[in-house]
Amino acid sequence: MLSTLIIISAVSMGGIGAALAGFLAFADKKFKVEEDPRIEALVGALPGSNCGGCGYPGCRPLAEKLLSGEAPPNVCVAGGNETAIKLAALLGLEAKEHKRTLAVVLCRGGNVEAERRASYAGDLTCTASDLTAGDKSCAYGCLGYGECVEACKFGAMAMNDNGLPVVFYDKCVGCGACAKACPRNIIEMHPEDHALFVYCRSKDKGAWAKKVCSVSCIACGLCVKDCSVTGGITLKNNLAVVDYNLAPQNDESTKRCPTKCILSGIEPAMTKQNYLASIPKKAG
Amino acid sequence: MPWRFLFVGGIGNHKKGISMGHKTFAKGIHPEYHKDAASSRIEKAALPKTVIIPLSQHAGAPCAPLVKKGDVVVEGQKIGDASAFVSSPVHASISGKVKDIELAEHPAGVRGMAIIIEGDGVVKDWTAKGAPVDPSTLAPEAIREVIREAGIVGMGGAGFPTSVKLAPPKGRAIDTVLLNGCECEPYLTADHRIMVEQAEKVVWGLRCIMKAVGAGAGLIGIEENKPDAIEAIKKAVGSAMNIKTVILEAKYPQGAEKMLIKAALNRKVPVGKLPLDVGVVVNNVGTAVAVFEAVNLGKPLIERVVTISGEAVREPKNLMVRVGATFEDVLAQCGSIKGNGDVRVLNGGPMMGIAQSTLTVPVIKGTSGITALPVKDARPLKYSPCIKCAACVEGCPMSLMPYRLGEYGRAMRVDDFNSWAGMSCIECGCCSYVCPAKRPLVQWIRIAKLKGRQQAAKAAAASK
Repeated sequence: MLSTLIIISAVSMGGIGAALAGFLAFADKKFKVEEDPRIEALVGALPGSNCGGCGYPGCRPLAEKLLSGEAPPNVCVAGGNETAIKLAALLGLEAKEHKRTLAVVLCRGGNVEAERRASYAGDLTCTASDLTAGDKSCAYGCLGYGECVEACKFGAMAMNDNGLPVVFYDKCVGCGACAKACPRNIIEMHPEDHALFVYCRSKDKGAWAKKVCSVSCIACGLCVKDCSVTGGITLKNNLAVVDYNLAPQNDESTKRCPTKCILSGIEPAMTKQNYLASIPKKAG
Repeated sequence: MPWRFLFVGGIGNHKKGISMGHKTFAKGIHPEYHKDAASSRIEKAALPKTVIIPLSQHAGAPCAPLVKKGDVVVEGQKIGDASAFVSSPVHASISGKVKDIELAEHPAGVRGMAIIIEGDGVVKDWTAKGAPVDPSTLAPEAIREVIREAGIVGMGGAGFPTSVKLAPPKGRAIDTVLLNGCECEPYLTADHRIMVEQAEKVVWGLRCIMKAVGAGAGLIGIEENKPDAIEAIKKAVGSAMNIKTVILEAKYPQGAEKMLIKAALNRKVPVGKLPLDVGVVVNNVGTAVAVFEAVNLGKPLIERVVTISGEAVREPKNLMVRVGATFEDVLAQCGSIKGNGDVRVLNGGPMMGIAQSTLTVPVIKGTSGITALPVKDARPLKYSPCIKCAACVEGCPMSLMPYRLGEYGRAMRVDDFNSWAGMSCIECGCCSYVCPAKRPLVQWIRIAKLKGRQQAAKAAAASK
């Protein structure tokens, strides 16, 4: 009795399955959507991270735009030069060099350097704490809750012991997700050949800026004077601003900075390996 | 049928507790009221040595300073004004010298430009010369002009310029002026004491506002837990036929504009509309007193009643404080802060007040109270996942779904937030208060509102 039941159900289920499989096989042939086979090839050549750094929602939409000619082949930030060459070859275009951009965190006021005005008891995200103007006295500095690190899809960022985000020079692809996530716009995207940065965003007057953070730009103007090209560095809203078309990227203008907030060429040293080596090893 | 009983039980849940059958709105919460200072008379605070007068103490365009560093100013002198319609001038609250005009702490959290005045100790006499004028003899335009020049803004906290509120657009008739004497925020008793001690001025101010907007009826809404205020106001109203006192259930947020209109008049303000769309103007009782003083004494809004209360305050008091006096100054007159532990100091009450990071912030026109709470009462940092208990849905007076809006806010999904009517949230804090998982729902909702405003501004800029 039981065995008959098993046989009946097995046969009927198998029969239904076979019939539906047949229908699906037929539908696959009959209703096939013709798609340009090059899209599949282009998607294959893209990194598949869907980071959105190119300005399109993901890798497949980018592939479609590449094919229609709306996007140039060197637009993929995550893939870099290699992908640009591959894509250009697939599209039959001449490969143009992909200029690598990198995220730079323009604040060095961590837990040690920046003053805290109160203890914050709300939700521990940057955007939420920014609603109350943050718990640090500086109204422009890093809030330190790591929304940028969460936004990074390439494992190229971490929060260090000092409560500041670090960008790994070797891992960052320049998609800009961290810059978008930062509610205070502290992270900027820069081409690889930029080396001179003012690591402060404070527009406060010098006295206040100095009071609330030991590494803030106090708008003393020494870097402006020391810059070999006139107008290479200017003061705007109590903050030194580098003009990347004019200012030489060496460190001549940084030497006399009293708070060491303008520095040159420190980014390449921060690779993932160097960062991991800098963390004190925990016992056990 | 059993299911019917279940159904009735479910709907009536929010009414559990203290209801004595007075008028009210749907949902809301019953927090512990802690009206510690309810029986202490309004005292005049000591004259501050220095005042910090922010140029933006109201909703709308900030003022431009009318004085320079080093100028001598007298009490009541206009020191800042703006040409925009939605704005309100600021006045020197003490006589003295302008020490500086610079960025200073502001109770809203973000520093803003302020005029700092160093006092010379001279006090101006604002007492009345004669009997108050009859409001019915005044012209509406003249009343509005006096109110604008006196820098009067809504004194319940939002700080909307009163002269703008009293100037309804053409074709919109206002039939009722509603005075808000609910004071549903725990701890705060400033409005309560004003109604008890200055009932005559409140009623006069109401008459004046009714004249300014051409309304035939006046209502004063008071919560049932202030019997002495109800009695005083009823006495001051006397036999006047066009002014009524409405007793409302003590419930939070009874004093929110839309809730009050629903409770007192049974009118519903549609989403995205203003009270004037249903023919009502709502003003705080403190504002009514300010109107009285501006019209009769020519006194601008330079001082206000502030409740200083909370478990961390030694002597809870109601003080008449000059605008611009620092919290530090004011707290020092109440025996300062108890204990050595951490304290949370709020501008306002515990439900909607803004936590301060320093005591050098000034009292502004909208500061109805300074509440100092020991931090063990403060919300813990940790929250747990939403268990979909719907306590927040049951508490939300705007009938929204806070648990859902909070999630959208956290994920910054503005479109979804808007499609669930998130922008009509009044940020009363009922949802966060009742949430058993201690989720910071209001904070997340505020994120979504902020992002929504930013996106709208961006879209507006792009379309230009």
